Amino acid sequence: MAETIDLKLHVWRQNGPKDAGRFEDYSQYARGISTHASFLEFLDVVNERLVLDNKEPIMFDHDCREGICGMCGMVVNGEPHGPQKATTTCQLHMRSFRSGEELWVEPWRASAFPVIRDLSVDRGAFERIIQAGGYITARSGAAPDANAIPIAKSLADEAMDAATCIGCGACVAACPNASASLFMSAKIGHLNSLPQGQAERDKRTLAMVAQHEKEGFGSCSNHYLCEAACPKEISIRWIARMNRDLLSAAISYKPAEQRAGGDGLSWV
Amino acid sequence: MLKAEPLPLLATGAGKKAAVAVTGTILYGFVFAHAVGNLQVFLGPETINAYGAMLHSMPKALWGARLVLLGSVVTHAALAMNIYAGAKAARPTRYKVNAPIAEQSILQRYARQTMILSGPIVMAYLIFHLAHLTAGAVPGLPFKEGDVYGNLVRGFQNPAVAVSYIVANLLLGLHLFHGGVALFQTLGLRHPQWDARTRPIAFLVTAVVTFTNVIIPTAILTGLIGSELR
Amino acid sequence: MELRSNAPTGPIETRWDRHRAEIKLVNPANKRKYEVIMVGTGLAGAAGAASLADLGYKVKAFCYQDSARRAHSIAAQGGINAAKNYQGDGDSIYRLFYDTVKGGDFRARESNVYRLAQVSVDIIDQCVALGVPFAREYGGLLANRSFGGAQVSRTFYARGQTGQQLLLGAYSHLARTVAEGKVDLRTRCEMVDLIVEDGRARGIVTRDLVTGKFEVHLADAVILGTGGYGNVFYLSTNAKGCNATAAWRAHRRGALFANPCFTQIHPTCIPQAGEYQSKLTLMSESLRNDGRVWVPRKREDCTRDPSSIAEKDRFYYLEEKYPAFGNLMPRDIASRQAKFVCDQGLGVGPEINGVRRGVYLDFADAIKRDGKKAIAERYGNLFDMYQRITGEDPYSVPMRIYPATHYTMGGLWVDYNLMSNIPGLFVAGEANFSDHGANRLGASALMQGLADGFFVLPYVIGHYLAQAGKSKTTESSAAVTATLQETQGRFRKLMDIGQKGSRTVDDFHRKLGGIIWDNCGMARDPKNLRKAIEQIPQLRDEFYSTVKLTGSGESLNRDLEKAGRVADFFELGELMCRDALERDESCGCHFREDHQADGECVRDDDRYAHVAAWEWRGNGPEARDGNYVRHQEQLSFEYVKMAQRSYK
Ligand SMILES: Cc1cc2nc3c(=O)[nH]c(=O)nc-3n(C[C@H](O)[C@H](O)[C@H](O)COP(=O)(O)OP(=O)(O)OC[C@H]3O[C@@H](n4cnc5c(N)ncnc54)[C@H](O)[C@@H]3O)c2cc1C
Ligand code: HEM
Ligand code: SF4
Ligand code: FES
Repeated sequence: MAETIDLKLHVWRQNGPKDAGRFEDYSQYARGISTHASFLEFLDVVNERLVLDNKEPIMFDHDCREGICGMCGMVVNGEPHGPQKATTTCQLHMRSFRSGEELWVEPWRASAFPVIRDLSVDRGAFERIIQAGGYITARSGAAPDANAIPIAKSLADEAMDAATCIGCGACVAACPNASASLFMSAKIGHLNSLPQGQAERDKRTLAMVAQHEKEGFGSCSNHYLCEAACPKEISIRWIARMNRDLLSAAISYKPAEQRAGGDGLSWV
Repeated sequence: MLKAEPLPLLATGAGKKAAVAVTGTILYGFVFAHAVGNLQVFLGPETINAYGAMLHSMPKALWGARLVLLGSVVTHAALAMNIYAGAKAARPTRYKVNAPIAEQSILQRYARQTMILSGPIVMAYLIFHLAHLTAGAVPGLPFKEGDVYGNLVRGFQNPAVAVSYIVANLLLGLHLFHGGVALFQTLGLRHPQWDARTRPIAFLVTAVVTFTNVIIPTAILTGLIGSELR
Repeated sequence: MELRSNAPTGPIETRWDRHRAEIKLVNPANKRKYEVIMVGTGLAGAAGAASLADLGYKVKAFCYQDSARRAHSIAAQGGINAAKNYQGDGDSIYRLFYDTVKGGDFRARESNVYRLAQVSVDIIDQCVALGVPFAREYGGLLANRSFGGAQVSRTFYARGQTGQQLLLGAYSHLARTVAEGKVDLRTRCEMVDLIVEDGRARGIVTRDLVTGKFEVHLADAVILGTGGYGNVFYLSTNAKGCNATAAWRAHRRGALFANPCFTQIHPTCIPQAGEYQSKLTLMSESLRNDGRVWVPRKREDCTRDPSSIAEKDRFYYLEEKYPAFGNLMPRDIASRQAKFVCDQGLGVGPEINGVRRGVYLDFADAIKRDGKKAIAERYGNLFDMYQRITGEDPYSVPMRIYPATHYTMGGLWVDYNLMSNIPGLFVAGEANFSDHGANRLGASALMQGLADGFFVLPYVIGHYLAQAGKSKTTESSAAVTATLQETQGRFRKLMDIGQKGSRTVDDFHRKLGGIIWDNCGMARDPKNLRKAIEQIPQLRDEFYSTVKLTGSGESLNRDLEKAGRVADFFELGELMCRDALERDESCGCHFREDHQADGECVRDDDRYAHVAAWEWRGNGPEARDGNYVRHQEQLSFEYVKMAQRSYK
């Protein structure tokens, strides 16, 4: 059962956002790796060997290690989260690789995701996109009964499809333009689909798109690599839906301040 | 505290892209009409010259259309290049290994990767094409006002002109192959049920335009039509 | 020390309402003068921080991940209970209360549990309003399922990702308050000590995980929503970063730690594959509805291809021992039986340290009966996950499962107002000793986290601040500078030892986890517990002389973070064993081999119907015997009659 493999491992090391960074060859630490280990467990083993050799371990982000928290993520041989479809790095297993295979491991690359150290990047831009409008305002304790508004099963299922995004950033890493459209559209799509999300719909769409712009992400050129890299298989249809919502919001949205006064007709 | 003020539509990537798609669609309409109109060359000089005369008989409409097309192509190109520059700034570094990531056909992959090349090349050829057949301003290529058939045939009898026209149109074909489908995504005009129809239609139109634009110079070059003017 | 629960008396149905009516309020204009620290952004933390911010308090929130949305609540799969009775199947607040007290094997406080059941109803309303896409029926109303053996369908769910969706709801709530400037959210920032002055919690010391900078944050109240301590076992279903540091440091500053030995084991996890294993993955218990659990009857069959083992040579141990419930036996019993057969050498799968720890969960009969398609519809995503991790196809080869640590019922002691014995220090969610007694029912932890965050903290914090007023402690106060220096010294010392060390942090953590799992895991007996109480301090001493660290303390240094956490796990682990030894009975998940009737718990209500709350008297890692004092909070059961569980 316990087959092991040796790998030719190159890992990106970078001391901080200002350091230029370089690949280091860690092949000597990457021998005898069990094929049943996950990719992160493989890096754990390499790290323990590095430490015992008085070298600094490779920094990478991770937490749940079951594909749901979205904290892990690195590019393996040019592919965000590695070669396996619909799988986060923590769920990728070494049986996906052959002995002797060459591996190039590097961080997400995008100006909006500065490298903190080695493979760990700062995804704060995602946080600010959510803060710009990725919510439904509902004070605790003020909610009506949960069954007061029925929601068609198909609609709830669809919202759920979008809501499964784990915010890992692989879409940005895969996109040649480093666009965060897939992430943003999943978030907007989830809330804009639901009846509860309608009141803030236009404002949400406009504000989140604006924040995306400010963060320095590129815009979508329909390369569709995000969808292929996404561990949760979020569909690019959500981007189309977001584009539609954006165009309609741009036409019909008026901020509350401008609605006040006049003859009370908010739609002219 | 986060200031989340909406931006004007054209200051957002998605807004710019929508404008690229709208202008692209206008240009799409033009190249389609242009191609179908040109097919009349197969019906002989009278038909196509009459068609040219008919267009010229409505100068207001003609100039109106030209202005719209000019505006579209300028907007389209300018925004597309602006988006491209933004994308480069957002993603300055490439990965060590150039992996395909998505399972896409070679044609699809090539088409989307070369949008920024096929566009300007088409643009360059468009200028040449206009100078040649609309203004008659290309030295060495004969031009006679009103003789659409003659100008076309004599031009394409020059192998260099014909071949570069064919190449430009194959590139335009690639551009349209990607763009024709992409515009539905960009404008949010997607729905599982429409997709089943819109996408094949987009492919079909692209195929018709490209095939037509390639077949005409080929026919002239091989002497299938217009050999009487040799 | 007298432990006062401060729970209201009188009819249980109205206790919380009356308490809320009598509670002190802070005048709206004054609220923004009060600062509240929330450590943790899981369900309890995010919901609490956002709710308090909306009330007007100035809130500072902290988490160690790079985003609040990644707290480990995200990993919960199954669902969340609420006594909505939307199915009309006889559920009620009282029934949920009753089930929870009984399920907890009579070691929880009745008043708290009743309140939990009561506010469960509001949680679902709040979450739907926040956009949580719960599963629905065709008519558009919310769907429910029965979970963990409950006789009513009261569990709300969002596919197999309920925790994710609930946390995203609470997180978006928090994100809005951050955008509005009401909450100052600090990510990648770990609480490493609590500041106490004149007996009141005044703030915390944090370490910025990116820059290594230590910072002091002062506040008028400090809330810990820092989750459970299951990672003391090294291998658990917790996230790698889950830790006890916040709670443990508070404990060392005087907060009592209650029932540390109450830890829950989940029966259906994917077994360990090798020594490099870093965590265990849980698979929904629902698998046991159709899968049959077995091991070979003969040891020599354990390495054979399972399909070649004849029916008569298979030991369907749950079905044979418990014909009435079979494979659906409760979590604790199913888990212990798996351990039991593996200890006998009948386990399957890879051999690690001389034992095969795994039993088959076989779907062959179910597939024969219902067809592969039906099984795929029911469990498709779980089967996929299993295949991704093990590389085996569960449609053709029986799954292998083994129990793993999953939840910790123990935690910091709190009164009815969720306040610890240190005034101004509140504890919510899994971090407190909770409403689950000695055993938590499925789908009740999410409920408790959100109940505490959305509906309890907003009231009790105001109640406290209205009485205690603003804290006058400043950055230059003696307690602040002393705590800061101590903390810095602790990390500097680790780095110093680390320069010369020879063994990695993970190496120590694995060994520690092994000791605790073997001796204070699914089954405990006094001899082994005593052995563990000896071994742990020895290992701890080795840790403090030979742990190896590289890099610097002034940048992102995962090993240093881990070292700090493991250092605390040593002390907590020892306390767990002591608590397990002192609790001379079996109850819920605390199974003492010397107190059983045929594999089932035998409680000793006369002596142990109480909460054990431990006080820290030690000073530093050198602490030895006699440094722990065990206090008791007597539990009384006025509504639910004490009874013994029986599944025969
Ligand atoms: C795999 C799995 C499945 C589960 N399934 C279910 C289920 O189906 N139903 C159910 O009811 N329950 C389930 N549970 C239990 C439930 O998910 C947890 O008990 C609950 O979510 C805990 O929430 P919390 O808010 O208390 O803590 P957590 O969500 O763990 O949050 C802890 C927070 O504290 C922060 N933190 C911790 N330490 C520090 C520190 N020192 N400094 C700063 N910040 C710190 C973290 O960053 C995090 O934000 C499951 C648990 C697991 C592990
Ligand atoms: C006859 C002329 C042209 C037609 C019919 C045409 C059509 C289109 C269409 C339909 C699209 C798709 C828009 C979308 O993605 O939604 C597109 C995109 C694009 N066009 Fe053109 N185009 C033409 C000329 C040009 C020119 C002259 C350029 C020069 C720069 C250009 C550059 C681009 C680029 C770069 C894109 C991709 C933009 C992006 O996805 O970000 N095109 N075009
Ligand atoms: S859309 Fe997919 S790839 Fe992008 S952040 Fe969400 S889960 Fe990750
Ligand atoms: S570590 Fe959580 S998704 Fe990979």
